[in-house]
Amino acid sequence: MLTALLLIWPVAAALLLHFVRGSAARALAFGASLVELVLALYAAFQFQTDYSLPHFELDYAWLASAGIHFHIGMDGLSLLLVLLTAFLVPLILLASFRHDYENPSVFYALVLFMQSGLIGVFVALDAFVFYFFWEVALIPIYFLAGVWGGERRVQVTLKFFIYTVVGSLLMLAGFVYLYYMTGASGAARSSDLAAFYNLQLSAQEQSWLFLLIFAAFAIKMPLFPLHSWQPDTYEQAPAPATMLLSGIMLKMGIYGTLRWLLPVVPLGVSRWVAPVMVLAVVGIIYGALIAIRQRDMKRLIAFSSLSHVGLMIAGMFSLTAVGLQGTVIQMLAHGVNVVGMFFIADIIERRTGTRQIPELGGLTRATPLLSVTFLVILLGTVALPLTNGFVGEFLLLMGVYQFNPWLGAVAGLTIVFGAVYLLRMFQRVMLGPDSSFSAVIRDLTGAELAVLVPLVVMVFWIGLFPGTFMHISEPAVNKLLVLINR
Amino acid sequence: MLSIILLSVSGLANLFLGFLRSNRLILPLVLLVLAAVLAINIFDVDNSSAALAEWARTGYLRNMLFFDQYARVFTGVIVLTALLLLPFSQHYVQDDNPNLAEFYSLMLFSLVGAIMMVSYTNILILFLGIETLSIAMYVLAGSDKSNLRSNEAALKYFLMGSFATGILLFGVALLYGATGTFDLMQMGAAIRALPTADATLAPMMYVGILLMLIGIGFKISAAPFHFWTPDVYEGAPTIFTGFMSTVVKTAGVAGFFKLLVVAFGGDTIPFWLPTLTTMLVLTLLIGNVGAVAQTSVKRMLAYSSISHAGYLLLALVALRSGMLSANAIFFYSLAYSLATVAAFGVLQLVQNQRQREDYEGLNGLARTNPLLALAMTISMLSLAGIPLTAGFFGKFQLFNAAAQEGYIGLIVFAVVMSAIGIYYYLRPIIAMYMRPAVEGAEAPVPVTGLQSVVLVVLMGLTVLLGVLPGLLDGVLNVQ
Repeated sequence: MLTALLLIWPVAAALLLHFVRGSAARALAFGASLVELVLALYAAFQFQTDYSLPHFELDYAWLASAGIHFHIGMDGLSLLLVLLTAFLVPLILLASFRHDYENPSVFYALVLFMQSGLIGVFVALDAFVFYFFWEVALIPIYFLAGVWGGERRVQVTLKFFIYTVVGSLLMLAGFVYLYYMTGASGAARSSDLAAFYNLQLSAQEQSWLFLLIFAAFAIKMPLFPLHSWQPDTYEQAPAPATMLLSGIMLKMGIYGTLRWLLPVVPLGVSRWVAPVMVLAVVGIIYGALIAIRQRDMKRLIAFSSLSHVGLMIAGMFSLTAVGLQGTVIQMLAHGVNVVGMFFIADIIERRTGTRQIPELGGLTRATPLLSVTFLVILLGTVALPLTNGFVGEFLLLMGVYQFNPWLGAVAGLTIVFGAVYLLRMFQRVMLGPDSSFSAVIRDLTGAELAVLVPLVVMVFWIGLFPGTFMHISEPAVNKLLVLINR
Repeated sequence: MLSIILLSVSGLANLFLGFLRSNRLILPLVLLVLAAVLAINIFDVDNSSAALAEWARTGYLRNMLFFDQYARVFTGVIVLTALLLLPFSQHYVQDDNPNLAEFYSLMLFSLVGAIMMVSYTNILILFLGIETLSIAMYVLAGSDKSNLRSNEAALKYFLMGSFATGILLFGVALLYGATGTFDLMQMGAAIRALPTADATLAPMMYVGILLMLIGIGFKISAAPFHFWTPDVYEGAPTIFTGFMSTVVKTAGVAGFFKLLVVAFGGDTIPFWLPTLTTMLVLTLLIGNVGAVAQTSVKRMLAYSSISHAGYLLLALVALRSGMLSANAIFFYSLAYSLATVAAFGVLQLVQNQRQREDYEGLNGLARTNPLLALAMTISMLSLAGIPLTAGFFGKFQLFNAAAQEGYIGLIVFAVVMSAIGIYYYLRPIIAMYMRPAVEGAEAPVPVTGLQSVVLVVLMGLTVLLGVLPGLLDGVLNVQ
């Protein structure tokens, strides 16, 4: 029931928002997201020790005649992602307080609606429920980016929408096939996750099922060369939408791969693991090289994210315990870091009116707080030891190395390149010769600190005590590994 | 049965309302009648299983009509659609409109035709139903007398329609010649026996079947018999276009399904199935590709209605899955009707104010009329088959029925086509939410209270069926 409550509460709050006008809307939305955070934390503390089993399950006959159930629940892996979502959404809402969006009640209602969709994806235990929320999460983000976005928003969001919908239709086709394999007729069939895990399919079938299902996930993550929607969309979307996209929505693809792809079609995975690995490593290098050339802060962060996600994909497809654990931890770390980075880019843009790196410089003199938080989050992204990025990337690289030392060596370049373009950005924006803004720029306000301090805390928490999170995800990951290696 | 009687009588009585000085009474009365018919249809005591058995035994009405669950369910969809569509015809209600009573009477008569099409047990009644429906629609398509486009639409519809009727009737005649009966059940038995029993009569029967497929294909605007559709839909007054693309389509497909299952079943299926499959592929292709190129929302919706006929044909092709197909047709036609009524309703209201029916006409609607924009958005998402709306589960059930019969290739094709569909269904949404209003059209579109309520009901039902599709499980339960 708790899972259902986590799912319904943001939607209910979103509906309530329609009766509120003006700035009260964002206060109410923020309050609602805090309640959701409390609920998620409560769920975490209520968890029985066995993190490998789904808790707080709900199983309702959705389309009884077709054997489709509305089945949701949380195991350790789901719990971590639900916590990430519940942790980030209030910060994202708080981060948008400085902006005066037109129709605030609709804007914030869409953000909460999106939160429901995301949580639905993370707790679904039935393929159709998963698909349902997968698409539901797309609708609000499309409107957020399309209505409140930048100049080229219409073309960019249309591309984004069609790209992702085509991917998800392919995934649906794969799910329908699996569903048909579970039984002879009607009510005997099931689209439950457990039923999918029990299927015995031939290597041939699994091979093309892998392609169908992975299409959706690869587009969402995105895997090179399916990333072309990403930089444009990140750039054109309003800041909160960019944070939602990069901080949480991207994890839908990785989570989907972990739960709905690797254990479901293990033979298909082993058939395609090599090409995926190569594409992931190409993505790492490609993203990093493009990021080095960027002048726009938002685009630079977008390509840096592409590069880091490439490492996550590579670590995940190493199919080793460390690789999968690294993926889970890095999902959290990346969520925290990328939201922080986009927020700081947004702060700087709002103060100076530009995101162009060459036009900025010497901001640090007037802004000690901004500089420190920026540096911490940046170092987290660079994966300096003691920060969150280090734990995740270290495990990921170990996984890739175990898979193939050469690939591991190339993948290790993420960190090197990351240090190059990120530190260069910091140097040119915050340090360097004074620009016209250095004297006039204001330091962080209280509300901005309220966003950045929790993020900074998480950077160190995950960096220093990764055990807090790893012991939650470990049983679930081990269970997945057993299924993958069956 | 009561619904047919009530609709016919009130249609006739309604004609006399034209003598009144004021027209204001007509629309509320018509809505009241429709609501009554819907209620009777849902709660009709006549339709208990005992009464049905008695009907079947005595050959009530000489086995012309039979109000089983199937007929009742589709009558419900048809009447509900009309009930929800008619409030958008408010702008016709003016005292200087001399033909108002006739419009609504014709609507009621066409509903009678539609109900006959879903409840027939005799091919003649099917023919009669199609004609009752069509003749009323010919007139309604041309009801905007001073508009050249409307006249063109009526003439085109009439000429092409009567041609198709001729073909249909020719088919009926040949089948009668081959089987010696008009009765659906007997004809079915005769058709199954004929190829082995009498080889000389078999060709006549085959030609008859093909001619009937063509005739009905025309009525539900399946390609390659769709050419009239875009022009007629565009020319006819929007409210009647909405009527044509929902009521006519639902009745046509439901009647077609019954004909195929009962009369053309068994060994004859392999004979006509390739024809139907070809029609399906062409319909989906032409509907979806055609819709992409349109600049007028109305024409886009016309092509979209062609493409939805294609999706529905998927269930007809998979007719051997029985209940699965019937249920899919029911769910889909309901989902499609709800979404289409909302789309045409909003379009009609926008047209009343802004006098245009292209995408630019919708620009900035989200700002001036958030409710209309939201209704249109949900309608478009439902037509595109995005989850959270009824359209998704409608498509799912159609594909499910087809998958049951192993038509994987057709499903993949249909999925590709619905991916194309997303592009043109997003265009109205983009216009409404992401573009500023065209100059001179910044004023809000006037909406009456009743229309707002109807829009909220349409949205509510679409989302409700999209979240809890199980609600309709087992409503249709026969054969």
